[in-house]
Amino acid sequence: MNSVAARWLAIVVGTVIVALAIGLYVNKLVRAPTPVSAQQAGPAQAQLTLGTTPAVGKLGGQPTWVSYLVREGGQWKHTTTFDVPAHSLVHITILNFDGESGLRNPFLSQVQGTVGGTMQLDGKTVKNISPDAASHTFTVPELGIVIPIKGVADDAPNQCEEMPCSLSQAHETVTFTMRTGKHGWIRWQCFVPCAAGFFTGFGGPMQTIGYMDGFLHVV
Amino acid sequence: MPEPPHFRRILILWAALSIIATPIVVLVWAPGLPPGNGSNVASGQVTDNAVLLGVVTPIAALMIVFFTYALIVFRRRDGGPEEGLAIRDHRGIQTTWLAATSVIVLLLAAYGTIRLFDEGAGGGQGPDPVAKPSGSVLPVQVIAQQWEFTFRYPTFGGVETPHLALPVDRNIALHVTSLDVIHSFWAHDLGVKADANPGVDNVAYVRPSEVRSFSIRCAELCGLFHGHMFDTGEVMSDGSFLAWIHRAQVAFGPGTGALPKFRSHYNPAPHRRAG
Repeated sequence: MNSVAARWLAIVVGTVIVALAIGLYVNKLVRAPTPVSAQQAGPAQAQLTLGTTPAVGKLGGQPTWVSYLVREGGQWKHTTTFDVPAHSLVHITILNFDGESGLRNPFLSQVQGTVGGTMQLDGKTVKNISPDAASHTFTVPELGIVIPIKGVADDAPNQCEEMPCSLSQAHETVTFTMRTGKHGWIRWQCFVPCAAGFFTGFGGPMQTIGYMDGFLHVV
Repeated sequence: MPEPPHFRRILILWAALSIIATPIVVLVWAPGLPPGNGSNVASGQVTDNAVLLGVVTPIAALMIVFFTYALIVFRRRDGGPEEGLAIRDHRGIQTTWLAATSVIVLLLAAYGTIRLFDEGAGGGQGPDPVAKPSGSVLPVQVIAQQWEFTFRYPTFGGVETPHLALPVDRNIALHVTSLDVIHSFWAHDLGVKADANPGVDNVAYVRPSEVRSFSIRCAELCGLFHGHMFDTGEVMSDGSFLAWIHRAQVAFGPGTGALPKFRSHYNPAPHRRAG
């Protein structure tokens, strides 16, 4: 092979490698995680159980990051994209194993957009919680839904440090019912600046789909 | 064969095109351009754009006429000279061009300055605005955070709402601020665009002039869901607005009760988990 041919071969091979690397990187950035479907709970009704943890552990790519997870078949799965049925009632339970952080905007301490305008916090019906006691929120701005999630008390015994957390460990349980609309993708997010170690608490897991943000895929 | 009077021809063609095109651009095209007439500042922007287009149209016409004339008349024909004639300076043309463009630029600068002082042009004027409307003003705080706008009405018990409603034909002072990073409040249909900076009260004035809905977007790249940071606002009649704000006071009572006392801006407190 002469030198000109070798140069051309090197250029072509190098270009292909760079293009492949860029393609893989972009694909990793933009692809939606595999969704978990809400379980049918009657005609036009579905049930979804979520969890929040101070660290996702071995279930996620960033073990130390705070994260939402979904519970399916008694197991925790690391995704924040959920399939929910259109024009239906979705009953959501959130098991929070994380501590209190506090809201940046106390307005979001009020339950908004749920059926009845309330939620159940450890079995008690509430319309709001203390802004300082908030650990996370489950907020769907497009549907006007705000669910403030109370944190586990600092002195609570048997706290879970990272997933997989057991239901026997300290946690707060939030349940509520929301109504879905037409088909589509709707983003949801946490509004508590809970990303420990990141600038203003809003980097890392707050800026990465699959941790404290995700989508409701209304099907 | 004597050289035809190119200069005179170009001047005549330019004058003719300008006389025809300028009124069409200013009176027919410009009034329909964005942002429309949803507010006093939006209408002002339409007027400003019409003035600018009125000034620019004759200049653009001169370019178009000259280049078209040159392409047709000065095209090299068979048997013509291999090279074009030498170009020499013409002090009269140069002086006229310099004087005319200087006058135009200075006039536009003066016009722009007067308009900014007149009504602020819908932009954020910072915490100490220069252009203030006369008469009563309804203050509305625009609070940006990743990734949602909320709105607070200090004269209605400090109620905060997730949507923006404004009364028609009332002067509104939008106090734009942020709880985290830099955002930008852009109500395009009302002609308002003001940066939302943490710890800063950026004031923009507007007087909605018709009952309508309008789009709200963040115009500053602010993170993962910047593209989802949009909403639809409503301009309402006085009666509808009062009914709406009273419903909001009831609906968002618990959330409003948790808020701190109204302030022109909020400095996000250092957070124990925020590193």
